[in-house]
Amino acid sequence: MARIEAEVGKPQGGFMKWIDDRFPFTETMKYHVTEYYASKNFNWWFVFGVLAMVVLVIQLVTGIFLTMNYKPAAAEAFASVEYIMRDVEWGWLIRYMHSTGASFFFIVVYLHMFRAMLYGSYKKPRELIWLIGMMIFFVLMAEGFAGYLLPWGQMSYWGAQVIISLFGAIPVVGDALVEFIRGDYSISDITLNRFFALHVIVLPLALIGLIFVHIVALHEVGSNNPDGIEIKKNKGPDGIPLDGVPFHPHHTSKDLVGIIVFLMIFSAVVFFAPDMGGMFLEHANFEPANMTATPEHIAPVWYYTPYYAILRAVPDKLWGFILFAMAVVLPVFLPWLDRCRVRSIRYRGWMYKTALTVFVITFISLGWLGLQAATPTYVMFARIFSVLYFAFFLLMPFYTAADKTKPVPDRVVYHD
Amino acid sequence: MTEDDLDRNRRHFLTVATLVTGAVGAGFVAVPFLSSLKPSARAQALGAPVEVPLGSIQPGEMVRVLWRGRLVFVLRRTEEMLAKLPSIVDELEDPNSEEVEQQPDYAANETRSVRPEYLVVEGSCTHLGCAPLEDFEVRPAEGWAGGFFCPCHGSKFDLAGRVYSGVPAPTNLRVPPHRFVRDDLILIGQDSGAA
Repeated sequence: MARIEAEVGKPQGGFMKWIDDRFPFTETMKYHVTEYYASKNFNWWFVFGVLAMVVLVIQLVTGIFLTMNYKPAAAEAFASVEYIMRDVEWGWLIRYMHSTGASFFFIVVYLHMFRAMLYGSYKKPRELIWLIGMMIFFVLMAEGFAGYLLPWGQMSYWGAQVIISLFGAIPVVGDALVEFIRGDYSISDITLNRFFALHVIVLPLALIGLIFVHIVALHEVGSNNPDGIEIKKNKGPDGIPLDGVPFHPHHTSKDLVGIIVFLMIFSAVVFFAPDMGGMFLEHANFEPANMTATPEHIAPVWYYTPYYAILRAVPDKLWGFILFAMAVVLPVFLPWLDRCRVRSIRYRGWMYKTALTVFVITFISLGWLGLQAATPTYVMFARIFSVLYFAFFLLMPFYTAADKTKPVPDRVVYHD
Repeated sequence: MTEDDLDRNRRHFLTVATLVTGAVGAGFVAVPFLSSLKPSARAQALGAPVEVPLGSIQPGEMVRVLWRGRLVFVLRRTEEMLAKLPSIVDELEDPNSEEVEQQPDYAANETRSVRPEYLVVEGSCTHLGCAPLEDFEVRPAEGWAGGFFCPCHGSKFDLAGRVYSGVPAPTNLRVPPHRFVRDDLILIGQDSGAA
C-alpha cells in the first residue's frame, strides 16, 4: 500500500494538488468542462455559442494589434487606417480580420438567438440566460456602432450623425443628451476620442463580464437540447443524466469541426471579399469624413438594417425613434410572451411554426429594405413588414397559448 | 451582548444612514466624471462666431461654412426666388415660423431672414442631421418650387428652409444666431455686442 501511494500519489498529487489547495482549478474544470453534461443529441444549431466565443477572441486579438497603429484623432484617424492597410506588415490582414469579424459576430449571434427561438431555450428555467444574452446583444450593437466611427470615413461620420441624432427625438432632454454624447456641438475629434475609449475599453469589458455571467447561468441550469426536454429528469444510478455526455471531450471535439468549417468560410471572406460588395465595408467609407456633404445614399451596416428599415418606415421623428427602440428591445420579453408549455419546435403546432417562418422572412426582408434607398414602394413594404415584426411579438401570448402541441418524449430522440 | 440586547431600530437607522451618506458621496464624485464628458473649454472656444464676406456671392448662389463644426448655408436669393415663397404656404408644416426654437425672433418672418436677400440656415436636416442637398431648379411638372432635399430620408424644405408637410423632418431648418456687421459681412454665431 505504501509503495503504491509513493508511486501513484506523489506525481499526481504534486503540482496540481499544490494549485488545487490554493485555487479550485480541477474542481472548476470538472464543473464547467469535463463533467458538465450536455444532451447527446445536439445538432448543428448548437454550435453558434462556441463560434461566438471564437469570433470574440478574433476581435480581441486583432483589435489589440490594430490599436498599436491606429490614431484616435480626427486629423489622423483616416490616414492611420490607410497606413495600417498599406505600410504596416500584414496590417491589411489584421484589419480585414477585424472588419470581417464584426459582421461574422452578428451572423453568429443572430443564428445563436434563432436557435433559442427554435428550441425554446429562453423558456423557464433559462429566462435569465436569455436576458443576459440580450444585454450582450445590446452591448454588441453599441460596440459595433462605436467601432464604425473610428475609420473616420464618410459613412462613419454620417452614420454616427444619424444615429446620435436619434436621441434628439426624445422630448425635453433630447438636445442636451445629444450634446452630451458627442461632447461637442457636432461630431468631432472629441466624439471620436471618446468612442475609441468606449470601443476598446468600456464595452469590451462589459461584453466579457456579461459573457462570463451568461455561461455561469447556463451551467447552473444546464443546456437545452433539440427536443426541449430536461435531461436532468432522467438520471442514472451514478447521478449523471442518461441523455447527457460530458462537454469535453464529446462536444468540444464536435465543436472543433464546426470551428474549422467556420474558419474556412471566414478566411474565404477575409481573402476574397473583405468588403462583401459594400455590405461589410461600405464604399462611401473609403472617402474621409466630409462635414459639408452627406453621401447620396446612406445606410448603416447590414446588421442594423432591419431596425433601420422600421425607423424609416415611420413618417414621424419621435414615433420612428420609439418603434425603432421597441423593435430592438421587444425580444427581451420572449420568455414571458411565449405561453406555450412545449419548448421545442419539434412538438409545437402549426401556428408557432408559421409565425416563426413569417418572422424569419420579415427580419430578412427588413434587413434588405434597410439597405435600399427609401422609395415609396420600398417604404410601403417596410411598413407591412414592420407590422408583421411587431405582430410576431405582441400576438405571441395568443397564438402560442392556442396552438395544439404534440406529446413530448421522455428521452431525447435522434433524427436523421 | 446577546441577540436580545440588540436595538434593531438603532441598527436599521445606522445601516440606512451609512448607505445614504455613501450614495451622496458617490453622487458628488460622479459630478467631475460626468462633467468631463460635456463640451470642453476648447470645444466652446472653437465654437466662436465666424465671419462670412458676402461680396463674392452672386444672386442665386449659395456658400457653405462651418460654425461649431456644423454646416451653415448662406444663400443669396433672387427676386424670383423670394416671389415664390408666399405661393407654397399651403404645403408647409410651419410657414409662419411659429416653432420658436428654430430661429431667433428677428428671423421669425416670412423669409426667415434679417434681410430677405440672404438666407442663413443650418445645413442639418431636422430629422436626423444629414446635410440637405440644394435643388434650386424649379420644376412645375413635379410640383417642385426649388429648395433643399435631404438624401437620407427624403425630407424637403423650401427656399426659406421651411419644411414641407408629410416628410420625416418635423421642423424648419434652424436659423443660427447671426447679424450683419456691414452690408457685405455676416457674423454667424453672434447677434449682439461688438463684432
